[in-house]
Amino acid sequence: MPTITIREALNQAIREELARDERVFLMGEEVAAYDGAYKVTKGLLKEFGPKRVIDTPITELGFAGLGVGAAMVGLRPIVEFMTFNFSILATDQIINSAAKMLYMSGGQFNIPIVFRGPGGSAFQVSSQHSQALESWYAYFPGLKVVMPSTPADAKGLLKSSIRDDDPVIFIEQERMYGNKGEVPDDPDFTIPLGVADVKREGTDVTIVARSLMVPVALKAADKLQEQGVSCEVIDPRTIRPLDIDTIIQSVRKTNRVVLAEESHPICGVNAQISALIMERAFDYLDAPVKRVSGEDVPMPYAKNLENLAIPDVERVVAAVREVAYLD
Amino acid sequence: MASKVIMPKLSPTMEEGQIARWLKKEGDKVSMGEPLAEIDTDKATMEMQALSNGVLRKILINEGESAPLGQLIAVIGEPDEDISSVISEAPKPEAAAKPTAAAAAAAAPAQPASSQPAAPDANGHARQAPVPNESGRMIVSPLAARMAAEAGLDLRTLHGSGPGGRIIKRDIEAALTETKQVATFPRVVEPLPFQPAVVAAASPYRDEPASEIRRTIARRLVTSIGPVPHFFLTTEIEMDRAVEMRRGINALDPDLKISINDIIIKVVANALIQHPAVNASFQDKFIRHYEHADIGVAVAIEDGLITPVVRSADLKNLSQIAGEVRELAERARSRRLKPEEYTGATFSVSNLGMFGIDEFTAVINPPEGGILAIGAVTPKPVVRDNEIVIRQIMRVTMSCDHRVIDGATGAKFLQTVKKILENPLYLVV
Repeated sequence: MPTITIREALNQAIREELARDERVFLMGEEVAAYDGAYKVTKGLLKEFGPKRVIDTPITELGFAGLGVGAAMVGLRPIVEFMTFNFSILATDQIINSAAKMLYMSGGQFNIPIVFRGPGGSAFQVSSQHSQALESWYAYFPGLKVVMPSTPADAKGLLKSSIRDDDPVIFIEQERMYGNKGEVPDDPDFTIPLGVADVKREGTDVTIVARSLMVPVALKAADKLQEQGVSCEVIDPRTIRPLDIDTIIQSVRKTNRVVLAEESHPICGVNAQISALIMERAFDYLDAPVKRVSGEDVPMPYAKNLENLAIPDVERVVAAVREVAYLD
Repeated sequence: MASKVIMPKLSPTMEEGQIARWLKKEGDKVSMGEPLAEIDTDKATMEMQALSNGVLRKILINEGESAPLGQLIAVIGEPDEDISSVISEAPKPEAAAKPTAAAAAAAAPAQPASSQPAAPDANGHARQAPVPNESGRMIVSPLAARMAAEAGLDLRTLHGSGPGGRIIKRDIEAALTETKQVATFPRVVEPLPFQPAVVAAASPYRDEPASEIRRTIARRLVTSIGPVPHFFLTTEIEMDRAVEMRRGINALDPDLKISINDIIIKVVANALIQHPAVNASFQDKFIRHYEHADIGVAVAIEDGLITPVVRSADLKNLSQIAGEVRELAERARSRRLKPEEYTGATFSVSNLGMFGIDEFTAVINPPEGGILAIGAVTPKPVVRDNEIVIRQIMRVTMSCDHRVIDGATGAKFLQTVKKILENPLYLVV
């Protein structure tokens, strides 16, 4: 299998789906002539032309609404937000139109749309441009929320999202575009939504991590292995629908859980996972579920403070040692 | 005061028992230690002893009927005592089909009902809640509470090692290991009354914090003797030729400093290669067979022990093994071993001969399949060709993990060890 970056994997997924289904089209700020702010859409304008790859004005609410309308009449739009921080402007279309349409039309209108783009922290882009918004979108029935952590997952999950008949929020991680990994080049390679992946098997502690926290959790697991602690690392990959069964199965085996996330802790995705574990595996817990989250502050601009605000390997290691009663 | 008789754990794998025969009838006097019933376990028919004095007031499980571990099966009390509250805790017939719920109910300590609120859960079963004691609330992890209920353990008898005295999984596992070691003693919920001797006060004691290595040893060992089914094989080995060989080699070059233990390591390694079934470990879903013999050598260090590993001892000669063991042991004593130097052996050797121990049994270091315990080499009178002669005798005991090594397999391996040690020339042919 070829080894490529997440950026290239996403590009392949979009290219293959544009070629596979002529109803698929792409729009967003700078996606066409400029090849995308993060070069995810490189070469697509040239290959598919301006009817399929469309530069929009800086009007998130406008082009999100355009996308929803196009989906209602049978097209399959991919709407890129330059970053998910700007999707905040488009939330009325995403939440009130895309998420609700199937329900409010009595099942007459599916909205097969993908809203995608980078989310989470980047490198010193400060408070307004460093937000992890997955818990916002996961809150609403009618939306699916996907967050890949490897190039293969990025490709397989994006292809499934484009083929899905419901609106999908597909959040990439700005720091991870250059991460490399093996990706199957089979054009029919997809990964189903709603299926978690055990990134590493272990017996003592379960670490649930998504997106940026997956490589962090895997590094922590390596360190902990040296200390005699065997960690299982689970990447849910899809936040909604959440594959809680895989997590519960693991917790029943290990009896201890650490939940790692880049986002703020209050009302976060891990708060939800923690509640589900309590409901479904209470009698299997040997220690309280431990969350490791981003700090509950707006992201600082200063590099040293930014580093402190994002969970790192040491914090995950410390949390695992705590739930394993090692300190 | 009425005491409960519960289905005891009479074999390590037992989950329920069937009453084969009651040896006492209702109304019979019983005294502590007297046989009360015969119980069929998954393995054998075992005798259950009474653990209190009194009259067998009530039999709740008849001959031929089964009950899960920890379930109330009879009541012993005074002839005229009211035992209705004790009996009312027994599971109803239909509940007996649900072993977990039944065990949990029966495991609830005997206490006045008022001090022990048991909130029924959604299914209407009484749940065992952690029981408050005089000093306040008891803190138990949900997992530990469930494990204790299933095993019929009284949480009040346990010490919690988690934060704030929380009882956690490892405390239950430790307690279960203890119970297994005295498996023929049926557990009772009520502690036996202690008979005060002439000295009325309990012995004074002092608590010293357990060091990290001591705690690691404790943790490792309970994962062995508990879950690993050990059996032991002992044999006597005539060491005259091995002793002579050692003397001969060291006379050639005093710097070699070959010890008897080095020779044993080499011989064990060669025997393991000849008996690959012993050079194996049980890994739950598969058996792992090793190509080489990595021998763990137990070394006593201050405050504990550690087993540095001689890798591929089958491929090394005696002087290499001797040099390596000396060097590893030295660094073990100064605590400078790297983890990979003391983990991952395929078999271990533990020698207490230097302490004058004739014979002992060693605890397997999981996931290894076995360990050989070496006693002292001492001159003993033995009969050879109808004459009493003096020979250098060493007794060795092999502990085997029965999940990978069967009796005959272990015995054949030990035979080879004995054969080579008694005729060390085999090492060069």
